[in-house]
Amino acid sequence: MGPFAIARSSSLDDALEATAQPGAMLIAGGTEVLNWLKEGIVAPSLLVDINAVPGLADVQADASGLRIGALARMSDVAAHELVQRDYPAISQALLKSASPQIRNMASMGGNLLQRTRCAYFRADTPLPCNKRVGGTGCSARLGEDRAAAIFGWTDHCIATHPSDVAVAFAGLDASVELLSAQGVRTVALDGFHLVPDRAHASETVLQPGEMIRAIHVPASAAARNSCYLKVRERASYEFALVSVATAFENDAGTIRGARLAMGGVAHKPWRLRAAEAALEGTSIADDAALRRAIEQSFAEARLGRHNRFKVELGIRAAVRAVQIAGGRA
Amino acid sequence: MSAIGVATNRVEGRAKVTGAARYTGDIVAEGLVHGFIVGSTIASGRVLDIDFSRAREAGGVLRVFTHLDMPRLRSLASPPAGDTHLPMQDDRVLYEGQPVAVVVSETFEQAREAARLVEVTYDRSDFLTDFAGNLSRAEHRPLYGMPPDTQHGDPDTFMQRGDVVVGATYATADRHHVPMEPSVTMAMWHGERLILRDAVQGVMLTRNTVAQALGIEPSQVEVQCEFVGGAFGCTGFIWSHQLLAAALSREIGRPLRLTLTRAQTFTAHGYQPASVQTVRLAATQDGALLATRHDSLLAGSVAGGHVEPVGWGTRSVYACDNAAVTHRVVRLNKGNPTPMRSPIEGIGMVATEIAMDELAFELGMNPLELRLRNYTDTDLAHNRPFSLKRLRECYSEGARLFGWPQTLPPPATLQDGRELVGYGMATAIFQTFRSEASARVTALQSGRIRVETGTQEIGGGTYTVLAQVAAEVLDVPVANVDVVIGDTRLPEGPISAGSRVTLSAGSAVQAAARNLLTRFGEVGRPNGESLAAALQRLNLDELSADGRWQPEQESRFSLYSFGAVYAEVGVDKDLAIPRVRRVVGVYDAGKIINPKAARGQMTGGIIWGIGQALLEKSEMDHTLGRFLSKNLAGYLVPVNADVPDIEVQFIDGFDAEAGPLGARGIGELGGIGIGAAIANAVFHASGRRVRSLPILPEHFLGQT
Repeated sequence: MGPFAIARSSSLDDALEATAQPGAMLIAGGTEVLNWLKEGIVAPSLLVDINAVPGLADVQADASGLRIGALARMSDVAAHELVQRDYPAISQALLKSASPQIRNMASMGGNLLQRTRCAYFRADTPLPCNKRVGGTGCSARLGEDRAAAIFGWTDHCIATHPSDVAVAFAGLDASVELLSAQGVRTVALDGFHLVPDRAHASETVLQPGEMIRAIHVPASAAARNSCYLKVRERASYEFALVSVATAFENDAGTIRGARLAMGGVAHKPWRLRAAEAALEGTSIADDAALRRAIEQSFAEARLGRHNRFKVELGIRAAVRAVQIAGGRA
Repeated sequence: MSAIGVATNRVEGRAKVTGAARYTGDIVAEGLVHGFIVGSTIASGRVLDIDFSRAREAGGVLRVFTHLDMPRLRSLASPPAGDTHLPMQDDRVLYEGQPVAVVVSETFEQAREAARLVEVTYDRSDFLTDFAGNLSRAEHRPLYGMPPDTQHGDPDTFMQRGDVVVGATYATADRHHVPMEPSVTMAMWHGERLILRDAVQGVMLTRNTVAQALGIEPSQVEVQCEFVGGAFGCTGFIWSHQLLAAALSREIGRPLRLTLTRAQTFTAHGYQPASVQTVRLAATQDGALLATRHDSLLAGSVAGGHVEPVGWGTRSVYACDNAAVTHRVVRLNKGNPTPMRSPIEGIGMVATEIAMDELAFELGMNPLELRLRNYTDTDLAHNRPFSLKRLRECYSEGARLFGWPQTLPPPATLQDGRELVGYGMATAIFQTFRSEASARVTALQSGRIRVETGTQEIGGGTYTVLAQVAAEVLDVPVANVDVVIGDTRLPEGPISAGSRVTLSAGSAVQAAARNLLTRFGEVGRPNGESLAAALQRLNLDELSADGRWQPEQESRFSLYSFGAVYAEVGVDKDLAIPRVRRVVGVYDAGKIINPKAARGQMTGGIIWGIGQALLEKSEMDHTLGRFLSKNLAGYLVPVNADVPDIEVQFIDGFDAEAGPLGARGIGELGGIGIGAAIANAVFHASGRRVRSLPILPEHFLGQT
């Protein structure tokens, strides 16, 4: 990596001002930014360290919902008693992410800003990749696409988003609080990440000079009955082949208000809206009906050459997740 | 005082876990500069131009070398060189990652950053990297100078006479060694004398090979290597980065350290080549093997001649009078493959032992019973008896510890919750490699014993084992013995490859220690007097003796280590992910010198095999002609959560034919058998026969 300066901000105002400078980039836990620096994916002239900014690491829960500060560490959120009780999918997703060492460092805001693990994007040397160098094409499109998306991809990019907890957030209708010198705005988590498009290079709606301040999750009976299932070849310390967050009310064995989000299948956490609608009123005990309902969302899957298995695996994983949340584990 | 056979803590363990152990990258020389390799980004062609003007201007950069000013090297055979295509000798590019320039800077980070600024223009040629798509290009080439095809009996005739014949094709993947420590070489010249601090598996081989390449005498080169942070075969031979460090340090006139990045380790020092192996077995109704064929296609390289002899074990493992083994290689635009734990049988026995499982099910026979039915005390391929072979006890003790059933339930009938459960077993064999070795043992007046031999510690426990051997002979505590290895100024010791060090260097140390006792007798030490007391009484600071061991050229016996491996696997019935639930491995490797280190080594080998069976696969992109994921996020090895209860036992014995210690090799053995045992258990669990490792969810979900 090339030489760069580090500025330590001690207030939000400081941080926002420093971030507005050309070539500046925020750093919190650093577990992801350092990867980018080492591989030459980014070359900021200034890193703005926000770890000392007060109040950004709080986790607060009340009857209306959960507010997670952007600097809260993954491990702290995962271990939070009220998170575990009222939002189990969040805790489960976090505990299935990375390693204990990384979770102790990595911030919740930074987690949402991870970039794809696509091997072409992460290569030791720049390969043709629109995410790495705009306009160079997508090597994975005609190359090794086993890990690639099956939903929402374009010829511009077929990679997936790596975050686990973002999938849980999407399934729990979370929103993200964004702060800039102009003020605060809130966007739905489901609208925070963008599917790839030639028209823009961004992966999120975050604007220059803007930072994540907090994540909000509304409280609900469904959230209390949520779960996160992650499928991967290696038992730990590995990104998902596919993952599922599910939340619904269990009305004496009948599904009400189902929400399903998947990871490992798109450039963002992917809500299975058709499946959610079809699951309404379905009996948790009826495996065939669960499968039929979930298949509704896979009709729109578009497959590459080596990732066809993600459809069957995704359907089975989603069925399993609903069964688990329905108490049939 | 007994030291051999006693479970002994590693003498260097404390230094390693406290960080006191000095690895090659920890060593700093006065005036040290750093080299960074610029690797080719194309897989085949020629370098037309290298523009390093921007790199040359970058902070700290001293010089940029290319093929135009790189000193000429003398040609090397492979082995001992890893590639026969030596670095930066001309403009030809044979594989992606091949060195095309070296940036030398004051710091590593400066060199690495400046390397990004080097602009290389290529004339690209067509290339081949796709092994599976080019099997028809397989060539007949020698393996280690030996014929690729061997045969005994008349396999073609007897293949027709089987009551039952099974035949199938099995595939294994390109795998990388990925040791924890990426290779580091530091070169320093003192006039005409070269000192290399290098993390290698063979200081002596490195000295001789580097000297040959540079056109100087081995006596002008010293190689030192105190610790190696894992090697697994990748630093057995001598590779470009070592030659570059040695040659360029001389050019620059300062000590030069060349450190590989993790990504560079994927192209700098070999890998285990992918294989496609066809095994055919013919048997009588009661399971007696009549004929065996093992025809292998191996990935190879245009930059070297490595052909992995995967079929060698198949010739000898069972009582089969008619067997043929062939090897063909597809030479690709990739760096040369190289031995990797576990070579030879570690790849070939995957195919043979899955085929045996298929035969057992075809015959309706317990897979263990089939192995016992074909047990042999004679190596029929070489027509000579095995030396000490206690594989029968391995089978039975393993079956007892595992609870291997007399009658296996039919496949896909055992279930535990949502997991389908299955059992699998396999035989492990590994031929015994031995090397001539010399050692010196010295008794000091302080009571300490110094053991010196020019081998090296790569993590297996060599420091400890050699101390135990000396302590046993001299009747002193192991704690009183200081082992000095990893230096070419010491008596010639063996390379740490092919599981030979304990047997070879240990025998030399034993001889030297015995000679030392003889010398003490000659100078008048009475029986019962301690060595230290004798030295004090005689007013001698120290007394030394040399020892040497040389294995006979051609043994009357066939020397192999053996094992029986049993695995229980669960496969989620919906999610199709196999997980190993428990493993039992029972091994016969003659005398076990240090049961504690040996158990650790076998456990590590079994974990290595879990990787082979379920995780490890180096994907290539055939448009770009490169290994795709050159890091440990993209190349999966098992983590603790993948590792179940592993029980390791040894059938202790004394193999006098192998050497005076009675020991044979174990390091490679642990990685053998386990891959097939897991694959067989996956079949028993799921009813699905997967013939390609690693076993992936798509094998169960209708797409491979």
